[in-house]
Amino acid sequence: MPPVIETREISVRFGAFTAVDRVSLTVDRGEVFGLLGPNGSGKTTLIKSLCGLVKISGGEGRLLGLDVRAEAPAIRRRIGYMSQRFGLYEDLTARENLEFYSGVYGLTADRYARRLASVVGLTAITPYLDRRASQLSGGWKQRLALGCAIVHEPEVVFLDEPTAGIDPVARRALWDLVFQLSGQGVTFLVTTHYMDEAERCGRVGYLYNSTMVAMGTVEELKRLPAANPPGTARYEITCPNITETLATVRALPFVREATIFGQSIHALADAAAAPALATATGVAPRPIEPSLEDVFVTLTNRILADRSAL
Amino acid sequence: MSLFAGAWPMLRKEFVHLRRDPGTVIFALLIPVIQLIIFGFALNMNVRQIPTVVYDQAPSQRSRELIARFRSTDTFALVAQVTSDAELEHEIRSGHAQAALKIPYDYADRVLAGRGATVQLLVDGSDSTVSSAALNVFNALILLENQRLARAGPPIVEARPAVLFNPATRSPNFFVPGLVAALVQIMVIILVALSVVRERERGTLEQLTVTPVQPLGVMLGKMIPYVTLGFLEICWVLLIMRVVFAVPIHGSLATLLLLAVPFLVASAGIGLLISTRANSQAEAFQMAFGTMLPSIFLSGYIFPINNMPAQFQLVSKIIPTTYFIEVTRGVILRGAGLADLWPNGAVLTAMALAAVGLAARQFHRRLS
Repeated sequence: MPPVIETREISVRFGAFTAVDRVSLTVDRGEVFGLLGPNGSGKTTLIKSLCGLVKISGGEGRLLGLDVRAEAPAIRRRIGYMSQRFGLYEDLTARENLEFYSGVYGLTADRYARRLASVVGLTAITPYLDRRASQLSGGWKQRLALGCAIVHEPEVVFLDEPTAGIDPVARRALWDLVFQLSGQGVTFLVTTHYMDEAERCGRVGYLYNSTMVAMGTVEELKRLPAANPPGTARYEITCPNITETLATVRALPFVREATIFGQSIHALADAAAAPALATATGVAPRPIEPSLEDVFVTLTNRILADRSAL
Repeated sequence: MSLFAGAWPMLRKEFVHLRRDPGTVIFALLIPVIQLIIFGFALNMNVRQIPTVVYDQAPSQRSRELIARFRSTDTFALVAQVTSDAELEHEIRSGHAQAALKIPYDYADRVLAGRGATVQLLVDGSDSTVSSAALNVFNALILLENQRLARAGPPIVEARPAVLFNPATRSPNFFVPGLVAALVQIMVIILVALSVVRERERGTLEQLTVTPVQPLGVMLGKMIPYVTLGFLEICWVLLIMRVVFAVPIHGSLATLLLLAVPFLVASAGIGLLISTRANSQAEAFQMAFGTMLPSIFLSGYIFPINNMPAQFQLVSKIIPTTYFIEVTRGVILRGAGLADLWPNGAVLTAMALAAVGLAARQFHRRLS
């Protein structure tokens, strides 16, 4: 079976600006693929190019074995898309929004009735069905938007920052929904800024400056050589006054990077530096695995260093 | 896949929007009433009772007769007598009077001697409608006076003008049929353009783009509700015109309403064209407003097209309102039928097809 999403050296250019630069990725059926990267790194443009909202300037994109450019109409019926702006009609009720999108996808009355029951069951939106979209909270709006995006039973769903600006409980509820659907075989491509969300994804791609810098499972990324330069180790330093300690740690010659991580400092230092770190900070450092965030910070720093070395 | 895929759900949704936002419908039905009141009651193109001062340098039997003739017209209202040129000029400059009749001291003598007496009318030219009416009536009066003085008995040639179709030259009869066209065009353009651009602003248009909805489906779904609303508005204005302003409809109402359809579709098409260009509702509103001035001033609604320079006459030919005003005035005032008005219908149909086709192309380009 061909991969559900497959891009080969896909590029999107707006005039002189390259928003997506030769990105290649494959996503298999039922996978949840997380797309990370800072604002403006090209995540949204990549999704839009696959949905046919933005013209592809180079390379090739295939969804469900169909060419994104040539077979867009056939693809449309089989994909779902939820943008950052949700695409809901605020003056229509939740039910009317679902009804509208099912009509737009040409669902028969029978199938609509079945799908409505299924989507309502999945999103638990029953109590708010006859409330206008404008009166729903952010979390419910976003669940309704997801409901509208899957009302036609798409095989692939693109979610562009689905959890931006909603509370943690609603965030978790949405992810539960995503995994439930992926268990049924729906493939997801999700962009996010949250590391904890990325850690839930089967595989993750990190876009930086329009290019795909790293891609793989979370475990693979944590073991990337680029993120764990030879002769270095990662330490966690937990101490009361972290801000001052951070400055001290950063000034040490054998420390490559140091960032605050919750109540502690994560430092990338020479492998044998543990005793020296202990003397400098007065606390015994604990050797740790890099977190996903550590990986991306190290990768980004490396790119910046390489660039300034040129 | 159908070319019009998605039209039906779009259409249904659009009617729900309208039901949820009664303001739009009220706006569409209330504005014409206000306009009708202004144009029907307040404005009058017929010039009457121009305030006029008289400077009679030597009052006499003859000069009093002439003044009496002026007084007997509806055009001039004699407001004061002045006794010097300075005073006369002051009256006009200050705006107290818009015309001044000056009868020289030798008027009576010259009339009696039959040696070319002169009478002067000074007119304030700052309002061209008033001044041209004043001059016309003045010339006619003097002509009659000449005839009367020259010979007793019936005149050799008597003028017997007759105004057809609007014998009393009532303003509402002239304005209201034009108003229907001008008003409805603006309304339909604005409502269609805003409803599409609103979706662009809120991101729902982008959402629609990833669905199987076709551009023509979106357009049809957007046009039908507002064309319907425009149609209701035309009926509503005609009803007020007939009942409140007692303007008779001489021709067939069915012809008028039939020809309204291509006119409304053409207007909706212009609205769609605007919506493909505008990125915000404010921008769309400005563009719609840009179409408003030409459709009021160059369509023959207020000013006759024949009086315009050739370039402007050309502009007037690309405005749908121009043709629909021909239709409304034709049917309502002259009792014209389809046999007389079909060329207007043909042009409107061509315009409707062109606007919708062009908008579809733009839509396609923007969406893909």
